[in-house]
Amino acid sequence: MARTVLQQADIARALTRISHEILESNRGSDDLVLLGIPTRGVPIAERIGANIRRIDQDADTRLVGSLDTTMYRDDLARNPTRAPGRTSVPRSIDGATVVLVDDVLFSGRTIRAALDALNDLGRPRAVRLAVLVDRGHRELPIRADFVGKNLPSAFDERINVRLSELDGEDAVTIESPAEDGER
Amino acid sequence: MRHLLTTRGLDRDAAIGILDVAEDMADVSTREVKKLPALRGKTVVNLFYEDSTRTRISFEAAAKRLSADVINFSAKGSSVSKGESLKDTAQTLAAMGADAVVMRHPASGAPHTLAGSGWIDAGIVNAGDGTHEHPTQALLDAFTMRKRRHGEASRGRGLDGLRVTIVGDVLHSRVARSNVWLLNTLGAEVTLVAPPTLLPVDLTGWPATIGYDLDAAVDEKPDVMMMLRIQQERMHAAFFPNAREYTRRWGLSQERLGRLGTGNIVMHPGPMNRGLEISAAAADSPSSTVREQVASGVSVRMAVLYLLLSGDREAN
Repeated sequence: MARTVLQQADIARALTRISHEILESNRGSDDLVLLGIPTRGVPIAERIGANIRRIDQDADTRLVGSLDTTMYRDDLARNPTRAPGRTSVPRSIDGATVVLVDDVLFSGRTIRAALDALNDLGRPRAVRLAVLVDRGHRELPIRADFVGKNLPSAFDERINVRLSELDGEDAVTIESPAEDGER
Repeated sequence: MRHLLTTRGLDRDAAIGILDVAEDMADVSTREVKKLPALRGKTVVNLFYEDSTRTRISFEAAAKRLSADVINFSAKGSSVSKGESLKDTAQTLAAMGADAVVMRHPASGAPHTLAGSGWIDAGIVNAGDGTHEHPTQALLDAFTMRKRRHGEASRGRGLDGLRVTIVGDVLHSRVARSNVWLLNTLGAEVTLVAPPTLLPVDLTGWPATIGYDLDAAVDEKPDVMMMLRIQQERMHAAFFPNAREYTRRWGLSQERLGRLGTGNIVMHPGPMNRGLEISAAAADSPSSTVREQVASGVSVRMAVLYLLLSGDREAN
């Protein structure tokens, strides 16, 4: 049984708040780059980017990009081969403030891989992290700067983020394996 | 993917999958740090029993950009010249912990033998075996064509409806064989044009149209004109009267290039015999993709090595 924890309006409100928080902490939109981590970080980054441009009309149009972490993962050799996603950086990240955007923050390993990937692209002035859901269970010393919702979860539960761009609807659901089978 | 031995057995989804990964790899080549850590700690052996410049350095560059360790082995100056068998060489490489073996061999089927032998557990990439196949060359040719045809929107697409004419020494060409199978899988229409002596005796089952007249083929204005190298080192008989006559009838001269029109592309797998199968004017014209093919080669080989070596070998 999946339980819905965030609905469309909740997600929209959370992303609007995050957009304001990013602008506040960066003191405007100068030298700001949002990089979404495929797959679901990319549409979230685009939504935050659209919010920021709505709030700050002077914001650079080259605000949003994507950063694939597949090649930098530490579990490449343990899982079946995965096709890499796309990296596209809208402008040079040297000296910029990069905000990494992902849907769920869990072990922190994806973010570690993203930091390594950033290293090969340039030297940002600062790197921040924005996530829609922080579910805990970190395995590395990594935390998010901007969080849509803190969602305490059991380790074996599944958090599903569904976004209208990819899945046809906006929702965050939580699924626990014990109820799943109904045995 | 366990091995890459032929393009004949490659299905459309797998082929497009390799080309799409190659697109991502091509993006890496434009960055300041042209390196990915994906294959750190893996060892790739270039096992070359036959001379090669671009294929070997292309595989070497590809493996190094993925952070793999590369060992180059060429038969000249090795124990092979003392008579060591393929089996013993393979077992030596296995004992050294090779994760992938990129193999070129003058005997058709040698990589298949190695892959099916049980002598070595590594993934095998065929980098050209005799007159049989050269799958990464066909993949890089397809990648180059797709890039010229669709540009930025290449991802996920095949080569449907593209008309490709392959001209020259088809008989000895592993490039032609691999291209015929792959291009057909990707939906292109292939025409082979050559002197009758330079075509294989039995062409039944080849998904291609056969022609003998280059002028007629040029007037068809194909989208792609791929010139093959005359492989003098494999020619132990007289296949055509002399080089000048070959050039006159089957060489891509400046005049034929002009009739092809703009927007059509001219390919050559290299190394070129300038003045024999391709004129300098054609080789250096804006239609020519010879240098793009070399750049694509690194991206495609990175994709192949990545798909072969990353991930759990058991789970694949």
